[in-house]
Amino acid sequence: MADWIDACAATDIDEEDVIRFDHGGRTFVIIRDHEDNYYCTDGLCTHEDVHLEDGLVVENTIECPKHASIFNASSGEVETPPACENLHTYPTKVENGRVFVEI
Amino acid sequence: MTAILIIGAGESGVRAAFALRGQGFDGTITLIGEEAALPYERPPLSKNPQAAPKAIRPASAYAEAGITLRLGARVSGIDPAARSVTLADGDCLTYDSLLLATGARARLFPGMAGCLTLRSDRDATAIQAQLRPRARIGIIGGGFIGLELAATARKAGAEVTVIEAAPRVLGRAVPQEIAARVADRHGAEGARLLTGADVAAADARRITLADGTALDFDAVIAGVGARPETALAEAAGITVDNGIVVDGQFRTSDPNIFAAGDCCNFQWRGTRIRLESWKAAQDQGAHVATAMLGGSDAYAKVPWFWSDQYDLTLQVAGLFDMGRPVRCRETGDDKTLVFQCDADGRLSAAAGIGPGNRIAKDLRIFEKLIERGARIDPHVLADPAENLKRQLKAA
Repeated sequence: MADWIDACAATDIDEEDVIRFDHGGRTFVIIRDHEDNYYCTDGLCTHEDVHLEDGLVVENTIECPKHASIFNASSGEVETPPACENLHTYPTKVENGRVFVEI
Repeated sequence: MTAILIIGAGESGVRAAFALRGQGFDGTITLIGEEAALPYERPPLSKNPQAAPKAIRPASAYAEAGITLRLGARVSGIDPAARSVTLADGDCLTYDSLLLATGARARLFPGMAGCLTLRSDRDATAIQAQLRPRARIGIIGGGFIGLELAATARKAGAEVTVIEAAPRVLGRAVPQEIAARVADRHGAEGARLLTGADVAAADARRITLADGTALDFDAVIAGVGARPETALAEAAGITVDNGIVVDGQFRTSDPNIFAAGDCCNFQWRGTRIRLESWKAAQDQGAHVATAMLGGSDAYAKVPWFWSDQYDLTLQVAGLFDMGRPVRCRETGDDKTLVFQCDADGRLSAAAGIGPGNRIAKDLRIFEKLIERGARIDPHVLADPAENLKRQLKAA
């Protein structure tokens, strides 16, 4: 059964940026888009397991820092290869200035 | 039914095939590759040659997309008038549109017969077999391939000597500030770099320098560039000049034939260039797919390269003019970031190096600024207190 986990403060992430979040032996990223929506996806690119925390966020996309695969942060879908598998995404909510993720 | 043929099953051809389907093309797509293996990624070959080749797409993806793969198939000729392609096994395939994505092959200069080169998975296997502890490995060429192989060989415990004719390594690709960090790191790792050293002759076991010095090795690898695969195009009467000449839509001198990736010579910001680039091959594959379906946008992607050596990653966006000054963005940590503006004051190139992916975000912003032709005061870009993302939003 997945739990809602208190991951970080909403202000821990700059607008259009990303942080890494490790929990339960797994690694994730939490992304804040240009309209203050928050998303949580797997932390590693599906192409070569490169961590996405160093990737550039543009609007609601995140680009892998290594080989430039681009994913939609909301749906996890590949927008630009070389990745061909989508990222897993996890439900996210903001309450009282905290970001919670259901993982 | 409309038929599209693609000759060359590397990054550009594969990307084009899937992009055609992605854009709704419902005719036949046949992808012809000379190598027998399922199309695979070449960048790991110099960085991680012991790993099994990584497929660009799984075999099932081609079937699902209705892309017919003809692997291990050599094309013997193109007949533009008949719009047909003949394979070495005698098969004749007709097309409505043809894409040449034939890539490039490793170059060897005269007097270098017997040296190993790297282009294919088979080449990587042959090189990997030589990278044993204490094996003496001679590498001709201090470019990306030579230096990545040097780092790989050091990691395997081999003794490495890199011989570069120019006064410094990476002379064509990045400014001195970046190249110096690469060279220092190789030195610290125990690789020997000989710059300003002309090779007079080389074979599988020996390199003789222009000054007469003979160096003996257990294996000699040449990483001295690539030449575009243009023979089929030339034989078909298509214009070739340092690559298959294409317009902004990657159309060759024959209106039914396109070319993309390492084999083509295209227009970028007023000059004609040819790239040997994994990223450009993909970007051009996607672009040419649109063009083959009638799109008219001109290609404007910024050239982008990366290299991994030890734990350092180097990225380059745009093309540096080594005759013009560069500026550093003084980040004050273990990253080095440099950039250059053209004569009109537009940001034209940027490069960075640092551990892991530390420089990636900044480089990607520089790349986007270059793509937009941004004119930004270089003092602003050099100042680490200035937020690059804000510059991007304003550009």
